[in-house]
Amino acid sequence: MKKTIKKIGNVIKQPILVTTILMLICGFIYPMFMTGVASVFFPHQAGGSLIEVNGTIAGSELLGQDFKEDYYMKCRPSAIDYNTYTEQEKESGEYNGVASGSSNLAPTNPDLVARVEEDMKAFLEKNPSVKKEDIPTDLLTASGSGLDPHISPESAMVQLDGLVEESGLTFSELEKIVENNTVNKRFGIFGEATVNVLGVNLEIAKLMGNI
Amino acid sequence: MFQIIVTLIIYMALVIPMGIYLYHVATYKKTFADSILNGIDNFIYKVGGVDPKQAMNWKKYLAAVLITNGIMVLLGYIVLRIQSIDFLNPNGIENMEVDLSFNTIISFMTNTNLQHYAGESSLSFLSQMIVITFMMFVSAASGYAVCIAFVRGLVGKTKDNMGNFYSDLIRIITRILLPLSIIVGLMLVWQGVPQNLSATITATTIEGTYQDIASGPVAALESIKHIGTNGGGFFGANSATPFENPTIWSNLIELFSMMLLPGACVIMFGKMASETKNKIKKKESDLCEKRFNFFGKEGKTIFIAMSVLFLIGLAICFFAEMAGNPLLAEAGLSQSMGSMEGKEVRLGVSQSALFTTSTTSFTTGSVNNMHDTLTPFGGFVAMLHMMLNLVFGGKGVGLMNMIIYVLLTVFICGLMIGRTPEYLGKKVEGKEMKLVALCIIIHPLLILGFSALALVSTAGLEGISNGGFHGLSQVLYEFSSSAANNGSGFEGLTDNSVFWNITTGLTMFFARYAAIAMQLAIAGSLMKKQRVNESTGTLKTSSMTFTISLILVIYIFAALTFLPVLCLGPVAEHLVLWN
Repeated sequence: MKKTIKKIGNVIKQPILVTTILMLICGFIYPMFMTGVASVFFPHQAGGSLIEVNGTIAGSELLGQDFKEDYYMKCRPSAIDYNTYTEQEKESGEYNGVASGSSNLAPTNPDLVARVEEDMKAFLEKNPSVKKEDIPTDLLTASGSGLDPHISPESAMVQLDGLVEESGLTFSELEKIVENNTVNKRFGIFGEATVNVLGVNLEIAKLMGNI
Repeated sequence: MFQIIVTLIIYMALVIPMGIYLYHVATYKKTFADSILNGIDNFIYKVGGVDPKQAMNWKKYLAAVLITNGIMVLLGYIVLRIQSIDFLNPNGIENMEVDLSFNTIISFMTNTNLQHYAGESSLSFLSQMIVITFMMFVSAASGYAVCIAFVRGLVGKTKDNMGNFYSDLIRIITRILLPLSIIVGLMLVWQGVPQNLSATITATTIEGTYQDIASGPVAALESIKHIGTNGGGFFGANSATPFENPTIWSNLIELFSMMLLPGACVIMFGKMASETKNKIKKKESDLCEKRFNFFGKEGKTIFIAMSVLFLIGLAICFFAEMAGNPLLAEAGLSQSMGSMEGKEVRLGVSQSALFTTSTTSFTTGSVNNMHDTLTPFGGFVAMLHMMLNLVFGGKGVGLMNMIIYVLLTVFICGLMIGRTPEYLGKKVEGKEMKLVALCIIIHPLLILGFSALALVSTAGLEGISNGGFHGLSQVLYEFSSSAANNGSGFEGLTDNSVFWNITTGLTMFFARYAAIAMQLAIAGSLMKKQRVNESTGTLKTSSMTFTISLILVIYIFAALTFLPVLCLGPVAEHLVLWN
């Protein structure tokens, strides 16, 4: 009996030791090392690319937000409302913690068509000058993460007429703001042209004197 | 379209030097970093009591893989069950339940990374680091170690020495995975991936509402997630989340990271195979040729076959996604940008289609768009590549699966033209062919068997979230992903239930270890055989004809096993959609 235990002990001693040391190196030293180096060389990015307005954190450059006011530009639909919530929503449990993802509606799912039709109706009501077929694809489809900070430049331009009316800013002012927040294809090859919605709205808020 | 081509050209330029480096590591040849890394290796050997020179035959090698992985599973499981302790847990995450912990730990040990939880709400930072990140290293390294041992067996320098598992495991981590992860991780932080240990931040928006922003040690996990073709995200939405994949550059970095090592593995194999061949007959012409041939002859056959399969899949996926969704077009929404539901604007259809095809071919399983919302034929390609499980494939396993099909093709072609089936100078006989047949059968058996079980049980049917033909696709995708050790999902499926946790857990376990055991047995058996000299009766496995036969055999076998069920799922959905 003792002999077999000793034999088993010998067999598993090596794998246990190897596992332990690799766990320490890969699971602890490596991520801690990365945290340290990242905070020295890229402190802004390592912290989540946060944006401060008057000393409080107002969001992140990389995350979209759910904007309700008519004088702000809108992001794409999100299954999780961009983790944005009001105090009542938190108390009532309507917001139940930080998440990411989409509602995963298949192309043939009737709920998808229903959601797009409903959003389209609401959008056309608020933007009567826009024709149905001029609404870009991305503006009424939900992103994969539910946190997409961008819309396409076309989706930004299509919202401008409505924003002129609600914000009191001129069309050219708004056009300039969109341009400031547009990033084109890199080298004309990689990626897509994007407009950062939070960036646009921060500039609108500044011009309107909201912040 | 154009950006996809440029991306693939850059990939070719990266994969060749990586393949040559991998070959040097696998064969204990000198590399530039030896002076530093030898010291680190020797220290780990000393602490772990490892003698790198101790030879193992295939049975000992397999036993070492199983025991080590078993211990890792046990330790990881314990951490998941006690993660609520107040150490590296700023968000106060609770312990994970029993069946979900079982599924998660099997999932990460087998390099599947199927996730039935959402990282931001179910894992403490301690678990993310010491379980998930650790598992990503060792499961990938175990896979590559087995692959290297398998190739050593095939090219057979000795009769039964497959190398030393512990030494392979450690060297792959210190020489390949760890240095690459540090470089790639820092590049990702530079692009905007967070790397910190702070709790979820609540921001006050300019409208006076609140936004919760979850972060953590993301970049450290994100780099090894792709380099090790693991694929499990820090956040629920994986690489679609801006914090995991903030820009087009981070997207390209992640793509290259996951494509690099599986491709390099093929080059390593080609070089190891041609090395033995050249030793046997040192013809000058052969050596001359070698100088211009990065892949080695045998490697080239496989690399071309894999590339052809990949490009066909990519083209189908891209054009299917570009065509958009006709139901939305009917509702009046322009589809000029392609099918954008479930995709990110910064990545668009091109990079999404490329990522989807790559992640299922290289069996990574990370996603930068939601696969459930793919058009039927986009989803078809993703599913097919996991069913094939050999279009490059992840962590060395793809190469082994491909060689199983090479053996099959050698056998079939040999029978057709009346030549002795030989591969790399070894006769392929009844014993090997039986194992090859078993190896090929286990994959469809797991996928179709469990899918059938899910479809006849209420517990299985309860998971389906999309009706009609797509519901079948959801079930099929989940088991294909588990059996291919991929880990992506049609995420609409409500999969965190006892039924789904246990069935997929078992699928992942058997798909990984049964295949590895049989493949090592095949290599072990070929290893013992006498080398036969090439004669006029030998079927050349380095010719273009053979490559084409190989591709056809793969497609025919896939069609025979999976076509009926694919017709009922994605193909039927396509017909309904475009009616």
